[in-house]
Amino acid sequence: MAELLQFLLSGVTVGAIYALVALGFTLIYNASEVVNFAQGEFVMIGGMTTAFLSAAGLPIWLAALLAILAAVLIGIALNKLAVEPARGAPVLALIIITIGASIFLSGTAEIVFDKQFHRFEAFSGDAPIEIGGATIVPQSLWVLGGAMAVFAGLYLFFTRTLMGRAVLATANNRLAAKLVGINTGFVMTFSFALSAAIGALAGVLVTPITFTSYDVGVGLALKGFAGAMLGGMGSPPGALVGGLAIGLVEALTAGYISSDYKDAAAFIVILGVLFFLPQGLFGAKQVERV
Amino acid sequence: MSLLTVSDLAIGFGGIRAVDGVSFAVQEGEIVSVIGPNGAGKTTLFNMISGLYTPDQGSVELAGQQVTAMAPHRLAARGLSRTFQNLQIFPQLTVLENVMTGRHLQEKPSLFADLLSLPSSRRKTRETEATARLLLDKVGLGQAAALEAGTLSYGGLKRLEIARALAAKPRLLLLDEPAAGCNAVETEEIDALIVAVAGEGISILLVEHDMKLVMKISSHIVVLDQGCKIAEGKPAEVSRNPKVIAAYLGSEAGDDAAA
Amino acid sequence: MRLSPKHATLLLLLAILALAPLVFPSSFYYRVFALIYVNALAVTGLVILLGFAGQVSLGHAGFVGIGAYASALAPMHLGLPPLLALVFGALLSALVAFVIGRPILRLKGYTLAIATLGFGILVSMVLRNEAWLTGGPDGVAVPALGLKDGLKGLGLKLKTSELWYWTSGIVLLFGAWLALNLQHSPSGRALRALHDSEVAAKTLGVDVARFKLKAFVVSAVYASISGSLLALMNGFVTPEVAGFLHSIELVTMAVLGGAGSVIGGFFGSVLLTALPQALTFFQEYKHLLLGLIMMLVMIFMTEGLVPSLQRRLFGRTS
Repeated sequence: MAELLQFLLSGVTVGAIYALVALGFTLIYNASEVVNFAQGEFVMIGGMTTAFLSAAGLPIWLAALLAILAAVLIGIALNKLAVEPARGAPVLALIIITIGASIFLSGTAEIVFDKQFHRFEAFSGDAPIEIGGATIVPQSLWVLGGAMAVFAGLYLFFTRTLMGRAVLATANNRLAAKLVGINTGFVMTFSFALSAAIGALAGVLVTPITFTSYDVGVGLALKGFAGAMLGGMGSPPGALVGGLAIGLVEALTAGYISSDYKDAAAFIVILGVLFFLPQGLFGAKQVERV
Repeated sequence: MSLLTVSDLAIGFGGIRAVDGVSFAVQEGEIVSVIGPNGAGKTTLFNMISGLYTPDQGSVELAGQQVTAMAPHRLAARGLSRTFQNLQIFPQLTVLENVMTGRHLQEKPSLFADLLSLPSSRRKTRETEATARLLLDKVGLGQAAALEAGTLSYGGLKRLEIARALAAKPRLLLLDEPAAGCNAVETEEIDALIVAVAGEGISILLVEHDMKLVMKISSHIVVLDQGCKIAEGKPAEVSRNPKVIAAYLGSEAGDDAAA
Repeated sequence: MRLSPKHATLLLLLAILALAPLVFPSSFYYRVFALIYVNALAVTGLVILLGFAGQVSLGHAGFVGIGAYASALAPMHLGLPPLLALVFGALLSALVAFVIGRPILRLKGYTLAIATLGFGILVSMVLRNEAWLTGGPDGVAVPALGLKDGLKGLGLKLKTSELWYWTSGIVLLFGAWLALNLQHSPSGRALRALHDSEVAAKTLGVDVARFKLKAFVVSAVYASISGSLLALMNGFVTPEVAGFLHSIELVTMAVLGGAGSVIGGFFGSVLLTALPQALTFFQEYKHLLLGLIMMLVMIFMTEGLVPSLQRRLFGRTS
């Protein structure tokens, strides 16, 4: 029983990170119908930059802030330089552009940083906390708390603020949003910036637990994407549920079946969903109009 | 036995009954037109008949055989062909190749023969090309054969779709607003083409807004409004029917006609 | 005399194959071009799937991996001679493609991309984890084909690198010929039709699901044979051959030159294979440059290099 609890706890922790990555996908997809395969690189940038800056002497909170800022700037550049110029291009071209961006960013990180694993100190120490026979580290609580804060904050943002509703309107019907005076270009830039910030924050939160290196981006992107699809592409609550689900499936697979193939668990789930529930758990059913 | 029998077909999308219990028949050699105001469910009806949508209820019979919700490619093998209101040509193929694809069923391609460019494969391509060129001449696109299909004018594209559908040697041809969006000259060309096609013995089920054409060539008209059939009959009867007039022009006009 | 595009392409490839060695500064270039030809073979298969039929596959290196490891393991574990091992790999890939193709090809766009990506990753995972069979992440040696000795027996003495240059070049030529035949054949038209409009193709009698599957299986066989040749050429394989990065490189090669054409795929292979070789002393920049190229080409030349250049130079596409 304690064993199951252990797996569930670690599953929920890593699932929270996948949920944040999935949320990043969702935001950009809603704003531009683009699936940003470089989403995982924001997490890497957040973690790596914080690690290096803090190793250089900066206090962690400052390093993290600068890391998130760096990610935001990179996200905005990605939108302006790579995605916007390719508006209206066929799906395959967009896939290659964002995958190219992902490879470019991790390739750059390889040079700017190095190929090693890195971490920095946990926010409130490493003393394990016991819960019902299982243990978690305090940083896990930071991860879960941080994820909940982000999702709650975004919920308020979308429902209570004018800017948030502008974003939703653009997601719903771009042309109509333009016609009522919403600056959809700004909404796109904003969505990229927000996604990058969320991704970088996820990186900052989880690196003390899992370490980071220049090439963690791809795996995170794929699992986050799997979570977003599971929940229904374009649905923020779906991103939360989907990401957590992927994390749990992965942890349970690692624990009970095989830790070698835990990464495959996410894919097997996603393939199952794609075949039986193509619109995901919370997505809308699509009908092809001829 | 009718060529096409539609019985009590209905379908809904998220609470809206797009088509609600429509029944009619098309006899061999007839031209049947389906008319009605926008949103009446005409294209949806076509999509059900041609296997693109699965009806919630009702049935479709082609030449006496149940074909309800049959896959489109199998319907094509039974002699059903169609054009599309919003054009579904193959833009990256040439005009000639577009029509050549219509001969797919007669070609019965063999992957092995095609990879190795065996004589049988090359013969099929030669024959298909010859037939396609004849069809392009028939619709007046003979000169455009080598052009990329995406470069044709709108009217040209409409005629291209008809040529492509004809290449499949259909018994029943469904034409979904073949003259929609065309100017007066283009519409005339398409009208003449439809009459010519019908003259060759192909039965036609037509959705059209051009009333002149509909009244002139139809053996039989079915009128839809908001998913239901509100009238059916010969052109003369239908044009005088108060319900039809009301659907198009408003209820006052309908009352006037009934009076 | 007007040359059809098919004959022009074949002639061009033949010319390159025959004439390139005349300008090689050293025998190292035989190796580079052999690698180009082997990659181009897999890319030609992708051109059929992606360019003709319009189905994206981000996991095609998985089939390359199956072919490569078949060449490595079948002689040892099944006692097959190297040539039969290559055939075995191709058949295995065809079978796998047939089985997973049906469900996967019902998907479209991003979902299809992710599903194929998942397949590729699963294959490389198995290759990496099942060390008892595959030698794990460190890879495994590949028994030689024995071509060199066989040809010596016929009185032909060739260096190994030259041998592989001609072998892979001839196989590529054959593969290109098959693909070009397909392009303008009845099956090819069906594939290209369903690429542009599945709905219309269906109403014309094309069994879209079956044709997509055919394209998938054929392209898997191309990839598998490419993998087998790669393994035999290098004498060694590692799980990276089936990895995500390799899949992306293959797709980029296919799209770089213009996804719809065999010759475009060839030039994409040239560019992306030669570049890392030319920049060996910039090995660290390999990923950065690959990513940059991918982005720049897709942003500025969405149709790919060959069609864009054609349009600019001649004002048309063929």
